[in-house]
Amino acid sequence: MVQTWRVRGIMRNMLPLLTALTAIEIGSGLVLESFEATLFRYPSLFVLVPVTIGMGGNLGSILAARLSTSLHLGLLSFDPADDRLGGNAAATLALAVTIFPLVGACAWGLQVLLGGVALGLATVVVVALLSGLVLAVLAVLVTLVATYAAYRFGLDPDDVVIPLVTNVCDVLGVLVLFGVVQVIV
Amino acid sequence: MTVREVTVEAYREALPILLLSAAGGLFAGVVLGGMEAELEAVPGLLLLVPALLATRGNVYGSLGARLGSALHQGLIEPTVTGGDRRLRAAVAAAMANGVLISGVAAIMGFALLVALGRPRAPLPALVAIALIAGFLSGLLLTVVVVVVVVVGYRRGYNPDALAGPVVTTTGDVVGIATMLLAARVVLALGGG
Repeated sequence: MVQTWRVRGIMRNMLPLLTALTAIEIGSGLVLESFEATLFRYPSLFVLVPVTIGMGGNLGSILAARLSTSLHLGLLSFDPADDRLGGNAAATLALAVTIFPLVGACAWGLQVLLGGVALGLATVVVVALLSGLVLAVLAVLVTLVATYAAYRFGLDPDDVVIPLVTNVCDVLGVLVLFGVVQVIV
Repeated sequence: MTVREVTVEAYREALPILLLSAAGGLFAGVVLGGMEAELEAVPGLLLLVPALLATRGNVYGSLGARLGSALHQGLIEPTVTGGDRRLRAAVAAAMANGVLISGVAAIMGFALLVALGRPRAPLPALVAIALIAGFLSGLLLTVVVVVVVVVGYRRGYNPDALAGPVVTTTGDVVGIATMLLAARVVLALGGG
């Protein structure tokens, strides 16, 4: 896809999408702002915020990129028994289960080094793991629905799905983190 | 390929990148946790965090993807001279988008806080912080993206696989750090 390489052309192409994505992200900021008091009380949770936001988007965008490549190559069918669909979804869950407990432990460790720990190691690790699991399941669902919708409407999943999934998963990341915190802490 | 083979391949491919980006995110989290004073002095700043972080990824991630495709197609030369017309246009557009959309985020956030009747810093303070942070992070991320994509390409790496992870890793840290700096500048100048 050779687009116009003029400053105005690139800006005109991107600004509407960027504005829509920013509106989604402002929604996630509102959730974050509502939990400001909890965050100030438990600084370890503050450390988890950017990682959880980012990881939701990362898991979603990697899955979306792989599915759309398989789709372009004609290797993917939207059938629950499809090997590529199942395998990629399983890998997303496995990645979340590997990375989130590690991230939780590191967040706790960093907070210990900086002083001012208000939560135990086990609590932070469990919060991270549970958030990661729920987030991975949601990321898989959002990605599948978005990829399928793009496919049905004849849009290139590379253009539409990746930015959409990344930003929606960002919002979900904040929501899930605070949902889990409400239940556990 | 069986389900198992697909799973193992997808897992192996993504794990190193995700670990790297987790490290970046943790660093950003530490900086964010240390911003308590600024976050309390500028009500509404926390609201902008996800939007500003995502903008870095959306704008400079797409710059990386654009440069990667252009290198593959031979549209730009793999050198960092600044003389290439296409490269200059792509960089200028990304910077303009990044700064503009940061300002838009601040206005949207402010409007939402007004509508909900929540505490907020004055609009000029929020916009100033967003614009300064948008400009500084734009400069840093442009340099990182251009250098990594071009140097990576010359060394035989696929720029498409490099740009995404590099932006997600450095974007969080650069995004939060420039926001902290911008908030301090604006507070020192008496805004907020």
